[in-house]
Amino acid sequence: MLLAIVVNRLAMALVTLAGVAVVVFVLLRVVPGDPVAMMISPGAGPADIAALKAHYGLDAPLLTQFWIWIKGVVTGDFGISITLHVYVTEVLASRLPATIELAVLALIVAVILGGGIAVAGTLMRRTVGEAAIDGLNSILLAVPDFIWALALVLIFAVALPVLPLTGRIDPALAQGFATKFYLAESIITFRFAVAGNIASHMAMPTLALALPLAAVIVRLLKQSLKEAMVQDYVLLARIKGFRELHLVLQEALRNAVGPTLALTGVQFTFLIGGTVIVERIFAYPGIGNLAIDAVINRDFPLIQGLVLLFGLIFILINIGVDLTVATLNPRLRHA
Amino acid sequence: MFNVTRRQAFAASGGLLATLLAPQRFALAAAGNTLNIAYNLPLPSFDPDVGPSSVNPTIQAMYRSIFDQYIGQKPNLAFEPGLLTAWGWNDDKTKVWMDVRENVVWHDGTPFTPEDVIWSIQREAKPDGGNPVSFIWAGIDSFKVDGKRITADVKQYDPVIFKWMAFLTGYVLPKAYFEKVGPQGFEKAPIGTGPYMVDAYEGNAYLRLKANPKYWGGKPAFETVVFKFVPDATSRVAEIESGSSDITLEVPYEEYDRLKGKAGLQGVCTPISDIAQIFITNGGVMDDKNVRLAMCHAVDKEAIVKRLLRGYGVPIATLEAPEYAAFDPSIKVAYDPALAAKLLAASGYSKEKPVKFTIQTTRGFKPKDYETVQAIVGMWRNVGIEANIEIYEIAKHFELRMTHKLAPAAFYNWGNAIGDPTTSTGFAMFSKSPHSAWHSDDLDAKIGPLWGEKDEAKRIQGWKDVDRYIAEQGYILPLLQYAQPILYKSDLKVIPNISGALQPASLVSKA
Repeated sequence: MLLAIVVNRLAMALVTLAGVAVVVFVLLRVVPGDPVAMMISPGAGPADIAALKAHYGLDAPLLTQFWIWIKGVVTGDFGISITLHVYVTEVLASRLPATIELAVLALIVAVILGGGIAVAGTLMRRTVGEAAIDGLNSILLAVPDFIWALALVLIFAVALPVLPLTGRIDPALAQGFATKFYLAESIITFRFAVAGNIASHMAMPTLALALPLAAVIVRLLKQSLKEAMVQDYVLLARIKGFRELHLVLQEALRNAVGPTLALTGVQFTFLIGGTVIVERIFAYPGIGNLAIDAVINRDFPLIQGLVLLFGLIFILINIGVDLTVATLNPRLRHA
Repeated sequence: MFNVTRRQAFAASGGLLATLLAPQRFALAAAGNTLNIAYNLPLPSFDPDVGPSSVNPTIQAMYRSIFDQYIGQKPNLAFEPGLLTAWGWNDDKTKVWMDVRENVVWHDGTPFTPEDVIWSIQREAKPDGGNPVSFIWAGIDSFKVDGKRITADVKQYDPVIFKWMAFLTGYVLPKAYFEKVGPQGFEKAPIGTGPYMVDAYEGNAYLRLKANPKYWGGKPAFETVVFKFVPDATSRVAEIESGSSDITLEVPYEEYDRLKGKAGLQGVCTPISDIAQIFITNGGVMDDKNVRLAMCHAVDKEAIVKRLLRGYGVPIATLEAPEYAAFDPSIKVAYDPALAAKLLAASGYSKEKPVKFTIQTTRGFKPKDYETVQAIVGMWRNVGIEANIEIYEIAKHFELRMTHKLAPAAFYNWGNAIGDPTTSTGFAMFSKSPHSAWHSDDLDAKIGPLWGEKDEAKRIQGWKDVDRYIAEQGYILPLLQYAQPILYKSDLKVIPNISGALQPASLVSKA
């Protein structure tokens, strides 16, 4: 049954990606902003402009341009970036790991933080502690990631300068990596000083991305836990004399976690989207930061590649969430 | 399988946290022989002669650290020997000659030769090679080498070709190496003859350079230079304020004023070769000379500089800044709202019956761009001009300008690091240029002959006359010359560069 879900979702993903490809290609050429207009010198004549357009393959009819591009995409060739002068696939492959590490770390922090606070709030229900948690959570929910980013900069980089502000790693340490997954690789290879340096660089962007997601998790999970805590099976366990912490973690959590998991998956896609601004603020070299430059420079091949990549990431996350929820929920698994 | 107890996990977490918060981390960033620059733009490509980044003035400082230009340029915009030690035309200006510097080596140790110069010019001149100013380089060909001297025929006389050799895309690349590794290989392992060699690079993060011990101009002051790519101005402020970077630039003027006197920091903010202007596109109400002149006379540029830019800027009356070759201080456009109202009245406009049009502007692309336009619109309103502000992206501006579809008025900034009138008034006002907004035969007739003028004094005077005519006709509204704020640690010495390029090798040293 799970296999059927996977095959079905992958087939739909292909259709979705094809649609995304068409939309992004057309949109880029409809909205104002021409990469050649961005670079031509004031003294250039019509012949010079035509030569530049030909150089970047922008002189052909739209359908021809699309056909050339989509043929390449099918074979894994997204073209050459106009601004970076390297293959788009190469650029994406080198930048994506940085964003994956950041997003995954932010997700882990959000789940731990959000889950912990939700459990604490459930344990403290109908007390001042719960009210305090709800109040704090309202603030977390109301403040977007980029505001958190700026606040963290002020606190941990200016007022109390304990964390490095920009980049992914100290340039002096950025050597000897076999992959672009710097954090994972440095941990696996026991280079803990390097891992610490990378983690310190990632601390602020991770928190900025994690805090809003943590707030969502708190709100949903706490509500689900509160509802679960009045169910019969929890009551029975309470009568048996189990402690409150046991009731929350062992009895209520497993049944309450389903909706939170599904929503966290959806929110994770927003978190990935949030990397665009947060990576910019912290000069973090991921695909989000890259996307801003690509748009500013109207780097058509790079923008197209990035949009398809973002689309693919969102689709994969959604498939992953669906599968996880189906695995955890027998009713869905056998439906 | 690993068996980790809770105690071990707790200890490991504590260790990681301690590493995270260890204060010695900044020692790496602020070590004595390393200069950390929080730079306002990333370096997209290492090819300084091809593509959009090659004509981006802001990143030339990085290119000039790795590569050398044919001709160098001093911080005051004066030209100096670069990889060419001497240059010029023959008497009838049908040929050029260039003497190539000797005893120069590429970063890989191979010798720099005249063939590198010729190959670079020919590559830049290829119309389909991706060089945005190939037409400049295509003006000379049929190269010959005699010892260290190169001669070439002038196909089309361009009085500023040698100035371009110190300007955008005027870089010499290694012929043999480039042909061996190809464009993609060059992007991965670029070499030049410049004062610094590429040590490490991570796109959107940093560029680390190490000093070239064999540099013909002497070893630079810092062994290592790190350009951190920090496009966000708030983050750049935090970088310098926290001590993570040793120097930064292009911070908001308010932050510059706040930090320049802070212990351990100092600042310099001097005019650079970038100017702000309002393009006027002909057609509709802009065909009325009274309206154009009223627009110009109604704007109090001094007030804009003083109140919006905190005094950092210089009001200008023409497209020539004081450091440019054709600057003429005698050309003035007075702030005279009464005259503006009178001119408008002559065309039937008043505060009660204002002339209406749209003005386009970017927002946040240049310091206080939108606020400046807001202020101008307010000043115009006082004399009988009602302008509707439309905000657009800079990419849209370029496309609209190229297709001559800008709004009647459009705010823009213009850089001219070689200070020649062709690259300011010329390209901004000649109708054949894709970057001009005002198109009229009378102006073209005055500008046209100047492109090929061989008498330099006559050429410069000609441009001054054109500038005066433009001011009299109100074909454009020049606003101000920008100043570039630079903040740096007190133990550094920084020489501001009028071109705006903060080159660490020649402009930053230990105090």
